Amino acid sequence: MAHRNIIPLGPQHPVLLEPIHFDLVTEDETVVDAVPSISYVHRGLERLVEKRDFNDFVHVADRICGLCSIQHAMGYCQAVEAVMGIEVPERALYLRTIWAELGRIHSHIFWLGVAADGFGYESLFMQSMRLREVVLDIIEETTGARIIFGVCKVGGVRRDIDPETLKGIVQRLTTLGVDLEELTAVFINDYGIKHRLEGVGFISKEDAYTLGCVGPLARASGFDTDMRTIGYAAYPHLDVEPMLEQSGDCYGRCLVRIREIFQSIDLIRQAAGKIPEGPIDVKVKGTPNGEYFSRVEQPRGEVIHYVKGNGSKFLQRFRVRVPTFTNIPAMIKIMKGSQVADIPNIIITLDPCISCTER
Amino acid sequence: MKSFTMAKTVIENLLKGPATLMYPQRKRTFTAITRGKIENEYPKCIFCGLCSKRCPNYAIAVSKEKKEWEIDRLKCCMCNLCVDVCPVKCLSTDNQYSPPVTEKKMGIQKLGPGGS
Repeated sequence: MAHRNIIPLGPQHPVLLEPIHFDLVTEDETVVDAVPSISYVHRGLERLVEKRDFNDFVHVADRICGLCSIQHAMGYCQAVEAVMGIEVPERALYLRTIWAELGRIHSHIFWLGVAADGFGYESLFMQSMRLREVVLDIIEETTGARIIFGVCKVGGVRRDIDPETLKGIVQRLTTLGVDLEELTAVFINDYGIKHRLEGVGFISKEDAYTLGCVGPLARASGFDTDMRTIGYAAYPHLDVEPMLEQSGDCYGRCLVRIREIFQSIDLIRQAAGKIPEGPIDVKVKGTPNGEYFSRVEQPRGEVIHYVKGNGSKFLQRFRVRVPTFTNIPAMIKIMKGSQVADIPNIIITLDPCISCTER
Repeated sequence: MKSFTMAKTVIENLLKGPATLMYPQRKRTFTAITRGKIENEYPKCIFCGLCSKRCPNYAIAVSKEKKEWEIDRLKCCMCNLCVDVCPVKCLSTDNQYSPPVTEKKMGIQKLGPGGS
């Protein structure tokens, strides 16, 4: 038997800009065990809820994470609205959906770039960032900021998008789609990328189910889980189909994300065609009293927001269960038995978001 | 094997110029609704302190006795909440970001009777 070594990876490492640490137990070049540790940048946002007005806390929920900003605000608002029995106007739901999909596109393109950088394709990283700028410009024009949307509020949304701008957005996204096809063709067809990703980091459908995987990681193994199909916001009126792959390896996860970008563009087109006229918010009266679980699909998978109110304007308990946290057991399972050189690829294709995990 | 597959990209890149802004010469244009720095129209302010109480980052400090209003621009997360809650609407959002500074205390801007 070979001698066992422990290789520390992180919390500062070249794969990801966020702090997560692994102790990799290795035998020769094979990883036999991995011990993750998080909580390097814990912020205690769940405690802050007891000191903030429930209306103001949307701003904090919005800032849990940059890449999934709107989904956090949306999940929190949905939970509070359900507790208080507020009926949100249809137009507001459609607007939330459009912004959520824009957020998904920018997150996935960002992932493509970071992943390319991880494989050693620096120019592909630059090209991805260039295309992402188109989406960020649209987000800035409609919400006022590039990354943190800040448009959701309890009872609706803060800003409206007029029909002319909406038409322009769809047009710009169609042009972006053409450019993206050129970019993603490299990810799909390039020999070097295929060679590094195919068959690496395999997880079976059964394991994905048992370990409670969510998001693209689960869908790449053929496990059908997409919260958009349970129908929150305007998704019941749109044609959403989970993007499934059967391979369960790093390459499969890459394909799922690429197909989801095009699906999101299509969803925005559908939503822009169906969006009804009407008000964008309702006045909020009273305080929340009760509890609710709200489930929302983030770019990285399902996020659960639990809210408990006690009749005062400060909530009693707020809990976020984020997709990365759920995917960590699967991450360990995948790492066991893989080669040390494949670890960066495995981490990057799982797309961990540590700022979500350390809320 | 195909030849000249890169030729189209090379010619395009030669003619197009860079995708980035040459920053000091060309400044970025902000949209009309960009959430930038918070401005206070000092004479209208009644020093009620609502903005400092509701600020998620505790970036604003208000003193009623001294008639002072102070904002730490490096702490401000530009959420616009203070603009929403201001009863006399003396606060507004500029569409420019606050300029970069080299020291932490340079981000603090104080408005008071003695001038800013």
